[in-house]
Amino acid sequence: MYAQLVSAEGAKSREDMTPEENAFQDRIDRGEKIEPKEWMPEGYRKTLIRQIGQHAHSEIVGQLPEGNWITRAPTLERKAILLAKVQDEAGHGLYLYSAAETLGVSRDELLDLLHAGKMKYSSIFNYPTLNWADIGAVGWLVDGAAIMNQVPLQRTSYGPYSRAMIRICKEESFHQRQGYDILLKMCLQGTEDQKAMAQDAMNRFWYPALMMFGPSDKDSVHSAQSMQWKIKINTNDELRQKFVDQTVPQAEYLGLTIPDPNLKWNEEKGGYDFSEPDWSEFFAVIAGNGPCNAERMEARVTAWEDGAWFREGLMAHANKQAERRKAARHAAE
Amino acid sequence: MSSEWPLWEIFIRGQHGLNHRHVGSLHAPDAEMAIRNARDVYTRRNEGVSIWAVKSNDITASAPSDKGPLFEPSNSKVYRHPTFFDIPAEVGHM
Repeated sequence: MYAQLVSAEGAKSREDMTPEENAFQDRIDRGEKIEPKEWMPEGYRKTLIRQIGQHAHSEIVGQLPEGNWITRAPTLERKAILLAKVQDEAGHGLYLYSAAETLGVSRDELLDLLHAGKMKYSSIFNYPTLNWADIGAVGWLVDGAAIMNQVPLQRTSYGPYSRAMIRICKEESFHQRQGYDILLKMCLQGTEDQKAMAQDAMNRFWYPALMMFGPSDKDSVHSAQSMQWKIKINTNDELRQKFVDQTVPQAEYLGLTIPDPNLKWNEEKGGYDFSEPDWSEFFAVIAGNGPCNAERMEARVTAWEDGAWFREGLMAHANKQAERRKAARHAAE
Repeated sequence: MSSEWPLWEIFIRGQHGLNHRHVGSLHAPDAEMAIRNARDVYTRRNEGVSIWAVKSNDITASAPSDKGPLFEPSNSKVYRHPTFFDIPAEVGHM
């Protein structure tokens, strides 16, 4: 999802675990939360850093496609709402970086890895936002898919990650509703051109949204260990199915057509049958060859480098003030 | 010199006179900026009326390995709870 391809080891059987690992697994099975300074297997720590880091990077890179429309939102109200939403994403990134930092990595280290292309972020943010309806589709579909993944992660075994997810989920429903509201206006009260624009956004974002859940379970080699550790709660296909089932009626209400001729209600399974996304496209985007990968990374690196003088300046000021206070105390003694 | 801003722990008091409560962390160069950043990140939706910022390094925490010696002794002291006593029904609510 926001962490789509987190590499991890295969799951260990109980017999292969050391006594410490067994005791750790017992705690997880009992539903206890693991807290920062407690003993944990090295693989658990490393996998979590990768997963939470990817998730944090996705929040930050995810600001770019939406930020693109802040200056061009159609009304002042829409602009204020979109600005608030994009600001929220910065906060989500911050909560997640903080959670990762409790595992012994610094935020600057994580950002360096992102900027060097050594850490990933969600494939979805490598698609362009071409028209205003895209902002509606991003809120409705992309944040909708994110919620699907993040709600169960509130119960994840790592305390700081779980607490970050609880904060994030409180804000996500605002995000999804603001997106749907944009499309409601365009589809139910808009002109034919505006409706066509909304359908075009739907056509382009449907499959990339389905890809957010990661590869099909049969090709997802890393799930077993993560599920055993409760840092992944549902399988990719379970979440994708839930997302489709939830989204189809919402699309029908808007009068939008889901771009999938195979989409059909399946009474027997109590859910929709649907086409898989093109996984070769997914792997190409993840590997850096999506429509906007280069643009996104350039924007990130430029922002980071252009902000360096500011970060250093404030730190130098803080150090100078601290020195002055020390000197003043000294003189008074 | 590393220019990475130090980490701060943020505590917020909600509207109804409750204790300050830990809400999360953030990076800031100094205490004043920590308060400003906390305002921007953690009180966006009327979450609070007061902020404390404490440098993470200044917090002393109990060690996870001391959990047993620190907290188990109170497990056997049920008499510290009001539910330990049987108050006759005739006496009414107490």
